[in-house]
Amino acid sequence: MKSNENLDPLVIGGKSYSSRLLIGTGKYKDFAETKAAVEASGAQIVTVAIRRTNIGQNPGEPNLLDAIPPSKYTLLPNTAGCYTADDAVRTLRLARELLDGHDLVKLEVLGDPKTLYPNVVETIAAAKTLVKDGFKVMVYTSDDPIIAKQLEEIGCVAVMPLASLIGSGMGILNPWNLQIIIESAKVPVIVDAGVGTASDAAIAMELGCDAVLMNTAVAAAKNPVLMATAMCKAVEAGRAAFLAGRMPKKLYSASPSSPTGGMIGKS
Amino acid sequence: MPKRSNVDLQQTIPMIALTINGSPRTFERPLNCAELIGELDLTGKRIAMERNGEIVPRSQFSHCILQDGDHLEIVVAVGGG
Repeated sequence: MKSNENLDPLVIGGKSYSSRLLIGTGKYKDFAETKAAVEASGAQIVTVAIRRTNIGQNPGEPNLLDAIPPSKYTLLPNTAGCYTADDAVRTLRLARELLDGHDLVKLEVLGDPKTLYPNVVETIAAAKTLVKDGFKVMVYTSDDPIIAKQLEEIGCVAVMPLASLIGSGMGILNPWNLQIIIESAKVPVIVDAGVGTASDAAIAMELGCDAVLMNTAVAAAKNPVLMATAMCKAVEAGRAAFLAGRMPKKLYSASPSSPTGGMIGKS
Repeated sequence: MPKRSNVDLQQTIPMIALTINGSPRTFERPLNCAELIGELDLTGKRIAMERNGEIVPRSQFSHCILQDGDHLEIVVAVGGG
């Protein structure tokens, strides 16, 4: 652990985390690969989905929570696949029961199965119900600054705008909107969805995002464990660059980095 | 032993029909949630249950008697983003 990590914690819902990379557990070839990638990423917050169990069709099926134990990670149950506020709320109530009262959740209510773009109307409705019900809601949303602000005002503990569509790997399509969201937000802003490679994660962090959440960029890499390592470094590098403050951009510079005097061969 | 009619069978062996994760299942006797979990080989597994849209806390499993026509959802955590 680097010495500066604890001086710059990510605080979500009153709890501090040293890693600013949140990672999903979907699309890996098996739980061994999931476990190795999650470990390599250094992530402390790990998303999971909630689904019907098989009822006797496949006894002895391995359990994700054996690979990713709740004692070691902060599990973040999601509502992936939900298209209505009602389904999302039911799913997270089941998740809270499943995880022994754990109240930190990722809300996402999707608009259509083709784009998986968020339905912000249903998202806002679900967020209101969940906050009232005592959940700490991290909310996936569009990069609309007004909606992001409304979700914060409802009481969500983090707003998570997309960089581009879920699973697309298209990177950050609208850094300007993200910047507006970051400037006005008083809760952590976490880019969720659309990151394709390490530079995308670094750019998100350089913009001032508090963290990045990803799944497919790691799971669909040819070598997921190596990509998880790359993402860990990219998020750290991007955060450090943001804190350091970049030099201003200039078309050209009249001040070279090396001294102008003391050149050889001059009389 | 005299042969019993179907009517007798229905009277003496009450069946309950449940919908579990969208699939119909029948049981030969009334049972509670804990017994159902046992019937489904899910004892000791980390699951959560919803009955007719309401959470059944695990601590209540043995007190919650299932009724004919109940709709149950039984879920686990799986990989996801």
